Amino acid sequence: MLPTPSTSHVAFERIYEPAEDSYLLLDTLSSENEKLFLQNRFRAASHSPSPLVLEVGTGSGVVLSFLNAHSEVILGRPDVLTIGIDVNKFACKATEQTVIVAQQELTAQNLSHGFYVGNVLGDLTSSLKAGEVDILVFNPPYVPSPELPSLPLGEDSTQTSFEDDSRLLALSYAGGVDGMETTERLLASLPEILSQQRGCAYILLCAQNKPDKVKDGIKRWGAGWAVETVGTSGKTGGWEKLQIVRVWRTDVK
Amino acid sequence: MKVLTLNFLTCAVKACKSTSTSFPLHPKDCELVSDTIEPNALLILNILPRIDWNALITTASELGFPTLPALPPTRDELESNEKMMSELHTLLLETQISEGSLVCGNCGHEYKIKEGIANFLLPNHLV
Repeated sequence: MLPTPSTSHVAFERIYEPAEDSYLLLDTLSSENEKLFLQNRFRAASHSPSPLVLEVGTGSGVVLSFLNAHSEVILGRPDVLTIGIDVNKFACKATEQTVIVAQQELTAQNLSHGFYVGNVLGDLTSSLKAGEVDILVFNPPYVPSPELPSLPLGEDSTQTSFEDDSRLLALSYAGGVDGMETTERLLASLPEILSQQRGCAYILLCAQNKPDKVKDGIKRWGAGWAVETVGTSGKTGGWEKLQIVRVWRTDVK
Repeated sequence: MKVLTLNFLTCAVKACKSTSTSFPLHPKDCELVSDTIEPNALLILNILPRIDWNALITTASELGFPTLPALPPTRDELESNEKMMSELHTLLLETQISEGSLVCGNCGHEYKIKEGIANFLLPNHLV
Protein backbone atom coordinates (compact mmCIF):
# COMPACT_ATOMS: atom_id res chain seq x y z
CA MET A 1 0.00 0.00 0.00
CA LEU A 2 1.34 3.40 -0.96
CA PRO A 3 0.81 6.11 1.66
CA THR A 4 -2.18 8.45 1.17
CA PRO A 5 -1.27 12.16 1.13
CA SER A 6 -2.29 14.15 4.19
CA THR A 7 -5.24 16.52 3.77
CA SER A 8 -5.53 17.62 7.39
CA HIS A 9 -5.12 21.30 6.36
CA VAL A 10 -8.19 21.28 4.05
CA ALA A 11 -11.38 23.24 4.91
CA PHE A 12 -14.04 20.62 4.27
CA GLU A 13 -16.96 23.05 4.68
CA ARG A 14 -16.33 24.17 1.10
CA ILE A 15 -14.10 21.44 -0.37
CA TYR A 16 -15.04 17.81 -1.00
CA GLU A 17 -13.57 15.58 1.68
CA PRO A 18 -11.75 12.45 0.46
CA ALA A 19 -14.23 9.58 0.60
CA GLU A 20 -14.81 6.07 -0.73
CA ASP A 21 -14.69 7.32 -4.33
CA SER A 22 -11.34 9.05 -3.83
CA TYR A 23 -9.87 5.93 -2.24
CA LEU A 24 -11.18 3.71 -5.03
CA LEU A 25 -9.27 5.91 -7.47
CA LEU A 26 -6.08 5.61 -5.40
CA ASP A 27 -6.45 1.83 -5.12
CA THR A 28 -7.20 1.42 -8.82
CA LEU A 29 -4.38 3.66 -10.06
CA SER A 30 -1.87 1.83 -7.87
CA SER A 31 -3.21 -1.68 -8.62
CA GLU A 32 -0.83 -4.17 -10.25
CA ASN A 33 -3.00 -4.20 -13.37
CA GLU A 34 -2.92 -0.43 -13.86
CA LYS A 35 0.75 -0.10 -12.97
CA LEU A 36 1.47 -2.65 -15.71
CA PHE A 37 -0.73 -0.82 -18.21
CA LEU A 38 0.76 2.60 -17.39
CA GLN A 39 4.36 1.41 -17.25
CA ASN A 40 4.04 -0.30 -20.64
CA ARG A 41 2.49 2.81 -22.08
CA PHE A 42 4.85 5.35 -20.58
CA ARG A 43 8.08 3.41 -20.30
CA ALA A 44 10.98 5.76 -19.78
CA ALA A 45 13.26 3.88 -22.17
CA SER A 46 13.94 5.47 -25.56
CA HIS A 47 13.62 8.93 -24.00
CA SER A 48 9.89 9.20 -24.48
CA PRO A 49 8.64 12.67 -23.49
CA SER A 50 7.59 13.27 -19.88
CA PRO A 51 3.91 12.33 -19.49
CA LEU A 52 1.45 15.06 -18.48
CA VAL A 53 -1.07 13.97 -15.84
CA LEU A 54 -4.20 16.10 -15.40
CA GLU A 55 -6.76 15.77 -12.68
CA VAL A 56 -10.05 17.56 -13.31
CA GLY A 57 -11.85 18.48 -10.09
CA THR A 58 -8.94 18.05 -7.69
CA GLY A 59 -10.91 18.96 -4.54
CA SER A 60 -8.60 18.36 -1.59
CA GLY A 61 -5.88 17.26 -4.01
CA VAL A 62 -5.54 13.78 -2.51
CA VAL A 63 -5.62 11.96 -5.87
CA LEU A 64 -3.34 14.30 -7.83
CA SER A 65 -0.92 14.47 -4.93
CA PHE A 66 -0.90 10.66 -4.76
CA LEU A 67 -0.04 10.38 -8.47
CA ASN A 68 2.59 13.11 -8.18
CA ALA A 69 4.13 11.54 -5.08
CA HIS A 70 4.20 7.98 -6.41
CA SER A 71 4.87 8.61 -10.09
CA GLU A 72 7.96 6.41 -10.06
CA VAL A 73 6.12 3.45 -8.52
CA ILE A 74 2.97 3.85 -10.63
CA LEU A 75 4.32 5.07 -13.98
CA GLY A 76 7.81 3.68 -13.64
CA ARG A 77 9.44 7.10 -14.03
CA PRO A 78 9.84 10.20 -11.86
CA ASP A 79 9.89 12.73 -14.74
CA VAL A 80 6.12 13.14 -14.76
CA LEU A 81 4.33 16.49 -15.00
CA THR A 82 1.15 16.97 -12.99
CA ILE A 83 -1.48 19.69 -13.28
CA GLY A 84 -4.86 20.20 -11.58
CA ILE A 85 -8.05 22.02 -12.48
CA ASP A 86 -11.02 22.84 -10.26
CA VAL A 87 -13.96 25.30 -10.42
CA ASN A 88 -13.45 26.02 -6.73
CA LYS A 89 -10.57 28.39 -5.95
CA PHE A 90 -10.32 27.06 -2.41
CA ALA A 91 -9.90 23.56 -3.83
CA CYS A 92 -7.11 24.85 -6.10
CA LYS A 93 -5.26 26.32 -3.11
CA ALA A 94 -5.87 23.20 -1.02
CA THR A 95 -4.54 20.96 -3.80
CA GLU A 96 -1.40 23.03 -4.09
CA GLN A 97 -0.78 22.61 -0.39
CA THR A 98 -1.59 18.89 -0.38
CA VAL A 99 0.92 18.31 -3.19
CA ILE A 100 3.63 20.40 -1.53
CA VAL A 101 3.25 18.72 1.88
CA ALA A 102 3.57 15.27 0.29
CA GLN A 103 6.56 16.36 -1.80
CA GLN A 104 8.37 17.69 1.26
CA GLU A 105 7.87 14.39 3.08
CA LEU A 106 9.28 12.46 0.12
CA THR A 107 12.24 14.80 -0.29
CA ALA A 108 13.03 14.40 3.41
CA GLN A 109 13.21 10.63 2.83
CA ASN A 110 15.31 11.05 -0.29
CA LEU A 111 12.50 9.70 -2.47
CA SER A 112 11.54 10.97 -5.91
CA HIS A 113 8.31 12.65 -6.90
CA GLY A 114 6.76 14.09 -10.05
CA PHE A 115 6.82 17.73 -11.07
CA TYR A 116 3.67 19.67 -10.18
CA VAL A 117 3.19 22.64 -12.51
CA GLY A 118 0.21 24.09 -10.66
CA ASN A 119 -3.54 24.31 -10.37
CA VAL A 120 -5.84 26.30 -12.60
CA LEU A 121 -9.29 27.63 -11.74
CA GLY A 122 -11.54 26.65 -14.62
CA ASP A 123 -14.42 24.70 -16.09
CA LEU A 124 -13.29 21.15 -16.97
CA THR A 125 -10.68 21.19 -19.76
CA SER A 126 -11.71 24.52 -21.34
CA SER A 127 -8.38 26.21 -20.61
CA LEU A 128 -6.17 23.48 -22.06
CA LYS A 129 -4.47 23.31 -25.42
CA ALA A 130 -5.54 20.33 -27.55
CA GLY A 131 -3.63 17.07 -27.47
CA GLU A 132 -1.41 17.69 -24.44
CA VAL A 133 -2.84 15.41 -21.74
CA ASP A 134 -1.46 11.87 -21.47
CA ILE A 135 -3.37 10.73 -18.38
CA LEU A 136 -6.60 12.39 -17.30
CA VAL A 137 -8.26 11.52 -13.99
CA PHE A 138 -11.81 12.60 -13.15
CA ASN A 139 -13.87 11.95 -10.04
CA PRO A 140 -16.98 13.74 -11.27
CA PRO A 141 -19.96 15.26 -9.56
CA TYR A 142 -21.87 12.02 -10.18
CA VAL A 143 -24.89 12.16 -7.86
CA PRO A 144 -28.20 12.55 -9.77
CA SER A 145 -29.77 15.90 -8.92
CA PRO A 146 -32.80 17.89 -10.11
CA GLU A 147 -30.52 20.59 -11.44
CA LEU A 148 -26.87 21.49 -11.84
CA PRO A 149 -25.47 24.19 -9.54
CA SER A 150 -24.31 27.18 -11.59
CA LEU A 151 -20.58 27.66 -12.02
CA PRO A 152 -18.84 30.47 -10.18
CA LEU A 153 -18.49 33.47 -12.50
CA GLY A 154 -15.29 34.93 -13.80
CA GLU A 155 -15.81 38.02 -11.68
CA ASP A 156 -13.95 37.70 -8.45
CA SER A 157 -15.83 37.52 -5.22
CA THR A 158 -13.91 37.44 -1.98
CA GLN A 159 -16.93 36.95 0.26
CA THR A 160 -17.54 33.42 1.41
CA SER A 161 -21.05 33.19 2.75
CA PHE A 162 -22.61 29.96 3.91
CA GLU A 163 -24.57 29.90 0.60
CA ASP A 164 -21.36 30.25 -1.43
CA ASP A 165 -19.75 27.40 0.48
CA SER A 166 -22.85 25.22 -0.02
CA ARG A 167 -22.84 25.90 -3.74
CA LEU A 168 -19.13 25.10 -4.08
CA LEU A 169 -19.70 21.86 -2.21
CA ALA A 170 -22.77 21.06 -4.35
CA LEU A 171 -20.65 21.54 -7.50
CA SER A 172 -18.41 18.74 -6.25
CA TYR A 173 -21.20 16.12 -6.17
CA ALA A 174 -24.40 17.22 -7.97
CA GLY A 175 -24.43 15.80 -11.50
CA GLY A 176 -27.89 16.64 -12.89
CA VAL A 177 -29.78 14.06 -14.99
CA ASP A 178 -28.47 10.53 -14.21
CA GLY A 179 -25.60 12.33 -12.45
CA MET A 180 -24.03 12.46 -15.90
CA GLU A 181 -24.38 16.03 -17.16
CA THR A 182 -20.87 17.14 -16.22
CA THR A 183 -19.30 13.77 -17.03
CA GLU A 184 -20.89 13.86 -20.51
CA ARG A 185 -19.24 17.20 -21.17
CA LEU A 186 -15.89 15.86 -19.99
CA LEU A 187 -16.21 12.72 -22.14
CA ALA A 188 -17.03 14.85 -25.18
CA SER A 189 -13.76 16.77 -24.69
CA LEU A 190 -11.52 13.68 -24.51
CA PRO A 191 -10.84 13.23 -28.27
CA GLU A 192 -9.57 16.79 -28.40
CA ILE A 193 -7.75 16.93 -25.06
CA LEU A 194 -6.01 13.53 -24.90
CA SER A 195 -2.67 13.22 -26.67
CA GLN A 196 -2.84 11.49 -30.04
CA GLN A 197 -0.21 8.89 -29.21
CA ARG A 198 -0.62 8.00 -25.56
CA GLY A 199 -3.82 9.57 -24.21
CA CYS A 200 -5.84 7.69 -21.60
CA ALA A 201 -8.40 8.66 -18.95
CA TYR A 202 -9.68 7.24 -15.66
CA ILE A 203 -13.25 8.23 -14.86
CA LEU A 204 -15.28 7.25 -11.84
CA LEU A 205 -18.93 6.27 -12.33
CA CYS A 206 -21.65 5.21 -9.89
CA ALA A 207 -24.42 2.69 -10.62
CA GLN A 208 -26.98 5.46 -11.20
CA ASN A 209 -24.82 6.87 -14.01
CA LYS A 210 -25.78 3.71 -16.00
CA PRO A 211 -22.15 2.74 -16.58
CA ASP A 212 -22.95 0.10 -19.22
CA LYS A 213 -24.73 2.71 -21.30
CA VAL A 214 -21.81 5.12 -20.84
CA LYS A 215 -19.34 2.45 -21.96
CA ASP A 216 -21.49 1.54 -24.98
CA GLY A 217 -21.46 5.21 -25.94
CA ILE A 218 -17.65 5.30 -25.83
CA LYS A 219 -17.42 2.07 -27.87
CA ARG A 220 -19.31 3.91 -30.61
CA TRP A 221 -16.47 6.45 -30.88
CA GLY A 222 -15.06 3.90 -33.31
CA ALA A 223 -11.62 2.52 -34.12
CA GLY A 224 -8.73 3.80 -32.08
CA TRP A 225 -10.58 3.86 -28.76
CA ALA A 226 -11.18 1.32 -26.03
CA VAL A 227 -12.98 1.33 -22.70
CA GLU A 228 -12.87 -1.09 -19.79
CA THR A 229 -13.85 -1.20 -16.12
CA VAL A 230 -10.59 -1.43 -14.20
CA GLY A 231 -11.73 -0.96 -10.60
CA THR A 232 -14.91 -1.46 -8.57
CA SER A 233 -15.96 -0.76 -5.01
CA GLY A 234 -17.10 -4.38 -4.87
CA LYS A 235 -20.42 -3.65 -3.20
CA THR A 236 -23.51 -5.33 -4.60
CA GLY A 237 -26.15 -3.36 -2.74
CA GLY A 238 -26.70 0.33 -2.22
CA TRP A 239 -27.22 2.97 -4.86
CA GLU A 240 -23.66 4.21 -4.89
CA LYS A 241 -21.81 1.23 -6.22
CA LEU A 242 -18.72 2.72 -7.79
CA GLN A 243 -16.48 1.78 -10.65
CA ILE A 244 -13.52 3.26 -12.47
CA VAL A 245 -13.51 3.06 -16.25
CA ARG A 246 -10.35 3.47 -18.24
CA VAL A 247 -10.81 5.07 -21.67
CA TRP A 248 -7.76 4.94 -23.90
CA ARG A 249 -6.44 5.39 -27.39
CA THR A 250 -5.42 2.05 -28.85
CA ASP A 251 -3.20 3.18 -31.72
CA VAL A 252 -0.15 3.66 -29.50
CA LYS A 253 2.98 3.43 -31.61
CA MET B 1 1.90 28.29 -11.26
CA LYS B 2 5.07 27.39 -13.04
CA VAL B 3 6.02 29.19 -16.26
CA LEU B 4 5.93 25.77 -17.95
CA THR B 5 2.14 25.76 -17.47
CA LEU B 6 1.83 28.46 -20.17
CA ASN B 7 2.92 25.85 -22.70
CA PHE B 8 -0.29 23.88 -21.99
CA LEU B 9 -2.85 26.67 -21.59
CA THR B 10 -4.97 28.47 -24.16
CA CYS B 11 -7.92 30.86 -24.18
CA ALA B 12 -11.07 29.30 -22.71
CA VAL B 13 -13.34 31.12 -25.17
CA LYS B 14 -14.61 28.58 -27.73
CA ALA B 15 -14.30 30.88 -30.74
CA CYS B 16 -10.61 31.48 -29.97
CA LYS B 17 -9.60 27.80 -29.97
CA SER B 18 -9.15 27.58 -33.73
CA THR B 19 -7.10 30.77 -34.01
CA SER B 20 -3.31 30.67 -33.89
CA THR B 21 -3.20 33.88 -31.84
CA SER B 22 -4.89 32.34 -28.78
CA PHE B 23 -1.69 30.43 -27.92
CA PRO B 24 0.44 31.12 -26.06
CA LEU B 25 -1.36 33.49 -23.74
CA HIS B 26 0.61 36.66 -23.02
CA PRO B 27 1.69 37.41 -19.47
CA LYS B 28 0.86 40.96 -18.37
CA ASP B 29 2.12 42.77 -15.26
CA CYS B 30 3.29 39.47 -13.80
CA GLU B 31 5.07 39.11 -10.49
CA LEU B 32 7.51 36.24 -10.54
CA VAL B 33 8.83 34.22 -7.64
CA SER B 34 11.60 31.68 -7.79
CA ASP B 35 11.73 28.39 -5.96
CA THR B 36 15.05 26.72 -5.44
CA ILE B 37 14.88 23.30 -7.02
CA GLU B 38 17.63 20.69 -7.20
CA PRO B 39 19.04 20.26 -10.72
CA ASN B 40 17.00 17.66 -12.58
CA ALA B 41 18.61 17.07 -15.98
CA LEU B 42 16.44 14.02 -16.75
CA LEU B 43 13.27 16.05 -16.34
CA ILE B 44 14.50 18.91 -18.55
CA LEU B 45 15.69 16.47 -21.23
CA ASN B 46 12.36 14.65 -21.29
CA ILE B 47 10.23 17.79 -21.13
CA LEU B 48 12.09 19.25 -24.11
CA PRO B 49 10.53 17.01 -26.83
CA ARG B 50 7.00 17.89 -25.70
CA ILE B 51 7.53 21.65 -25.52
CA ASP B 52 6.14 24.01 -28.12
CA TRP B 53 9.45 25.80 -28.56
CA ASN B 54 8.13 28.83 -30.45
CA ALA B 55 5.59 29.44 -27.69
CA LEU B 56 8.35 29.13 -25.09
CA ILE B 57 10.48 31.69 -26.95
CA THR B 58 7.56 34.12 -26.80
CA THR B 59 6.85 33.44 -23.12
CA ALA B 60 10.52 33.75 -22.12
CA SER B 61 10.95 37.04 -23.93
CA GLU B 62 7.70 38.49 -22.57
CA LEU B 63 8.76 37.62 -19.02
CA GLY B 64 12.18 39.20 -19.56
CA PHE B 65 14.26 36.02 -19.62
CA PRO B 66 17.39 35.63 -21.81
CA THR B 67 16.51 35.12 -25.47
CA LEU B 68 16.21 31.46 -26.39
CA PRO B 69 17.75 30.13 -29.62
CA ALA B 70 15.40 30.01 -32.64
CA LEU B 71 15.49 26.21 -32.71
CA PRO B 72 15.26 23.88 -29.70
CA PRO B 73 18.54 22.19 -28.78
CA THR B 74 18.81 18.49 -29.53
CA ARG B 75 19.06 16.14 -26.57
CA ASP B 76 22.81 15.76 -27.09
CA GLU B 77 23.33 19.50 -27.43
CA LEU B 78 21.41 20.16 -24.25
CA GLU B 79 23.28 17.46 -22.33
CA SER B 80 26.59 19.11 -23.15
CA ASN B 81 25.46 22.72 -22.76
CA GLU B 82 25.54 23.56 -19.08
CA LYS B 83 24.48 27.16 -19.58
CA MET B 84 21.40 26.28 -21.61
CA MET B 85 20.48 23.54 -19.12
CA SER B 86 20.71 25.96 -16.25
CA GLU B 87 18.68 28.64 -18.06
CA LEU B 88 15.92 26.16 -18.87
CA HIS B 89 16.00 24.87 -15.30
CA THR B 90 15.40 28.40 -14.01
CA LEU B 91 12.76 29.25 -16.58
CA LEU B 92 10.77 25.99 -16.62
CA LEU B 93 11.15 24.51 -13.17
CA GLU B 94 12.01 27.27 -10.72
CA THR B 95 10.01 30.27 -11.88
CA GLN B 96 6.42 30.73 -10.76
CA ILE B 97 3.95 33.43 -11.69
CA SER B 98 2.29 34.57 -8.46
CA GLU B 99 0.24 37.61 -9.55
CA GLY B 100 -0.71 39.28 -12.82
CA SER B 101 -2.74 38.21 -15.79
CA LEU B 102 -2.64 36.21 -19.01
CA VAL B 103 -4.03 37.87 -22.11
CA CYS B 104 -5.49 36.16 -25.18
CA GLY B 105 -3.95 37.51 -28.38
CA ASN B 106 -7.20 36.89 -30.24
CA CYS B 107 -10.07 38.18 -28.07
CA GLY B 108 -8.04 40.23 -25.61
CA HIS B 109 -9.64 38.62 -22.56
CA GLU B 110 -7.48 38.87 -19.44
CA TYR B 111 -7.26 35.89 -17.12
CA LYS B 112 -6.25 37.08 -13.66
CA ILE B 113 -3.63 35.22 -11.66
CA LYS B 114 -3.96 35.51 -7.90
CA GLU B 115 -1.77 33.71 -5.38
CA GLY B 116 -0.39 31.61 -8.22
CA ILE B 117 -3.80 30.41 -9.45
CA ALA B 118 -4.96 31.56 -12.90
CA ASN B 119 -8.72 32.08 -13.16
CA PHE B 120 -10.13 30.66 -16.42
CA LEU B 121 -13.77 30.87 -15.36
CA LEU B 122 -15.47 33.05 -17.94
CA PRO B 123 -17.90 35.87 -17.24
CA ASN B 124 -21.45 35.19 -18.49
CA HIS B 125 -21.12 37.13 -21.74
CA LEU B 126 -18.20 34.98 -22.92
CA VAL B 127 -19.57 31.53 -22.02
